[in-house]
Amino acid sequence: MTSIQDAAQSLLKTAIGLVPARWLPGGSPDPLMQKHGLIGAPVSRLDGALKVRGKARFAAEVPMQGLTYAALLHSTVARGRIVALDISAAEAAPGVVFVMTYRNAPRMASPALMNTKPKAAGTSNLPVMQDAEIHWNGEPVAVLLADTQEQADHAVTLIRVTYETAPAITDFDAAKGSTRVPANILGEPPSIERGNAEATLVQAAFQVDCTYATPAHNHNAIELHAATLAWEGDKLILHDATQMVNNVAWTLSQIFGIKEEQVHVRSPYVGGGFGGKSLWNHQILAAAASRVSGRPVRIMLPREGVFRSVGGRTMTEQRVALGARSDGKLTALIHTGTAAMTPHNECPEQFSFPARHLYAAENIMIAQRVADMNIVANTFMRAPGESIGTFALECAMDELAEAMQIDPIELRRRNEPAKDPTSGNEFSSRHLTEAYGRGAEQFGWEKRSATPGARRDGEWLIGMGMATATYPYYRMPGGAARIRLTADGRATVSTAAHEMGMGTATVQTQHIAERLGLAMDQVVFEHGDTALPPGSMAGGSSQTASIAAAIIAAHDAFKAALLKLVGNDSPLAGLKPDAVEARDGGLCSSEEPDKHETYVSILRRAGREELVAEASAPPPLEAQEFSMHSYGAQFCEVRVSEITGEVRVSRFLGSFDCGRILNAKTAASQFRGGIIMGLGLALMEETHRDPRTGRIMNPSLAEYHVPVHMDVPKIDVIWTDIPDPHSPLGAHGIGEIGITGVGAAVANAVYNATGKRIRKLPISLDKLL
Amino acid sequence: MHYIINAQPMDVIADPRTSLLDMLRDNLGLMGTKKGCNQGACGACTVLVDGERINACLALAVQYEGREITTVEGLSGGSDALHPLQSAFIEHDGFQCGYCTPGQLCSAIGMLGKIERGVPSAVTADLSAETMALDHDELRERMSGNLCRCGAYNGIAEAITKVHAKVPA
Repeated sequence: MTSIQDAAQSLLKTAIGLVPARWLPGGSPDPLMQKHGLIGAPVSRLDGALKVRGKARFAAEVPMQGLTYAALLHSTVARGRIVALDISAAEAAPGVVFVMTYRNAPRMASPALMNTKPKAAGTSNLPVMQDAEIHWNGEPVAVLLADTQEQADHAVTLIRVTYETAPAITDFDAAKGSTRVPANILGEPPSIERGNAEATLVQAAFQVDCTYATPAHNHNAIELHAATLAWEGDKLILHDATQMVNNVAWTLSQIFGIKEEQVHVRSPYVGGGFGGKSLWNHQILAAAASRVSGRPVRIMLPREGVFRSVGGRTMTEQRVALGARSDGKLTALIHTGTAAMTPHNECPEQFSFPARHLYAAENIMIAQRVADMNIVANTFMRAPGESIGTFALECAMDELAEAMQIDPIELRRRNEPAKDPTSGNEFSSRHLTEAYGRGAEQFGWEKRSATPGARRDGEWLIGMGMATATYPYYRMPGGAARIRLTADGRATVSTAAHEMGMGTATVQTQHIAERLGLAMDQVVFEHGDTALPPGSMAGGSSQTASIAAAIIAAHDAFKAALLKLVGNDSPLAGLKPDAVEARDGGLCSSEEPDKHETYVSILRRAGREELVAEASAPPPLEAQEFSMHSYGAQFCEVRVSEITGEVRVSRFLGSFDCGRILNAKTAASQFRGGIIMGLGLALMEETHRDPRTGRIMNPSLAEYHVPVHMDVPKIDVIWTDIPDPHSPLGAHGIGEIGITGVGAAVANAVYNATGKRIRKLPISLDKLL
Repeated sequence: MHYIINAQPMDVIADPRTSLLDMLRDNLGLMGTKKGCNQGACGACTVLVDGERINACLALAVQYEGREITTVEGLSGGSDALHPLQSAFIEHDGFQCGYCTPGQLCSAIGMLGKIERGVPSAVTADLSAETMALDHDELRERMSGNLCRCGAYNGIAEAITKVHAKVPA
């Protein structure tokens, strides 16, 4: 059952009055969403000093006594079985402690696939080193422990494996010939038909019908996937680099047949995740090898090892066809296509999601298929689906605007829907046309020539392009928070949340201080540890809203508990929790703010050292009731060399509509970070696979190119800052929307500069010559 | 082997295969210097050797015996105060996850030293110029060996520019 189905079940519970529904129609919006104090302020990161000193401890940096260092050996064939295995030379090598293969690995259950159970973290449900079978080129076939990393790295090269190969599907072009319809796409139907889009298309006054291709990508967080772990009896202590501590703990407990409480996961700092830091083979194998050898293990995958054993974004082929009347109104919108997947995972890359919600087309056809391949399981990577789905959809909109001789923004304005075009739901908060307008004005869109190739500076052709950005609002179920107030009037708020650089800890500290009426230095936010109340995963741009909802629930419980302590002598005597609010280190009556008492005074009079309140967030029903999305408009100026085909991005502006922005400084960085990864997607990023063997050919940062300083101009970001009345704090997550639309904005700018439509990413110079 | 690391004399016994990066991290517990690729492609392991920036992952520890090595832990010169560039990184949000940050900091300090000494780069137009200006392209070209996947490049460039402007010529 998916998280979304969980949420649907919760809807039933609300209907029978078991849980509150604060953000539904008729609910009272969060008062903090309009308050301008700490919320929204450009506060510098609270972990900044630690990080610039190099003192933030990442997973591979936690000291442990008697540590061994792990190295993995990866399969060199895509499919088949191991027929001979010689580990004798490796075992005899200096410093080697233990060599594990399928022959001596402990029996382990297969990982539960993410989204099939509430706390599942598995990225594939294949058994891990349980038999001689090989499922992808790069699958780990041995794990070796030694006293030093040098010894491990050398000894693992001495293992000899002989394979018997079996036929494998390793070429996407061939795999596309045999596709299937996935059961669902993140809980949504794989196909939708409104009216008859194909028939309308052929009769439309204006038509475009194009195919777009996007390659595989790897997250390439600069921190390598790593874990430091040890068993204490039957309890596993795991310092992990992960964006889902509770899910990793639960899934490992199922794999090893122990209780969830027997797996303690810590991950206070993560050196970038982008969707890639979930549960992969390396944590499972390191834990297994540690259990059998009785020694603590540090595993830090080399960069090549990350490419071999951690999946990324999959490749797709997409068709977008648009039909329009002469007034620019869309009569037909078709977005179909195929994503590569494996038989062992459930990640069909939701590229059709943007087309379900963006434009008011009279007839809509959406259909996604998957092509199974024998490759490492693909997974979520920053705006899975939307990043590359907007490339196809927003390029096609540009092509239609060109065909109609109409401004691309004007075409989009004419198709702005009043309600969600496929679900029919009201939008909770949609100010996309405002984002277009403000972005266009600040970027100087009016200077764009509608004729391609009209602007030039010597050998450089200059063009401008734009595209719509969009990403759903998600709030994950299952999160809780605890507020602990001490006699000195300070508060610690705890939840097993994740800080991978999004600014989570800083933003939630701002939130808590404002919520409790305290100064920021009177508040501590604890996170990244399964010993704390459970948090939801840091994924789907959901964490900010998910944590905020848990803190609001805990704060309701906190106020109720505090009012029980006040007694008859307090100015707050007799007030109900919903009649008080926080102010100046205490509570006051909402009606008569002068009726106030500090936390210190309340606790002292009650003779209490502390007060603890904990509560779980209500289920995310708001997303059932409304069409909830973030929006934006991406504007790009490129310079393309007529001689070499080189593309340089000279200017970029993102104009966003993502509810209330909680920290102007860290939010700007989040948006820019997404945009920069989008520049990589547009211009350089591609995981190359040998179609004959399925082996990744560029498993390094030297050959998988990501944007560097020189590729990135000054990026302007602006936002509407209009709160969504139906989300906690009026906020939406913003980790992913930044990358959406960027590929198309760049491609459209390249067209405007050169007159060449590049429909296959990346837009490398060979495609422009 | 003898080194001066962050102004402290240190003696280390290490496998001759050990890189300078692994010696710092595994033998000395100086975890501030990061491993991002172990092949000189990402710059996360950048340290200063006698004031020059190098990728510690591509250096064998034995090669640098007797040299003065500065890591991120030593940038503030042993005081509790931050180096001005460290403060500027916080002020201008020159990082998100913080993993590439030690390398960016060491690299920027080494780079500013090169600017001061008038060492040209691939984008320097006038190779005979006596003084070197740190313009937009010079900065970005010279920092392009330090990858930041979170995309904090704007903040990093602002922080470096701000600190460079404050250094008396």
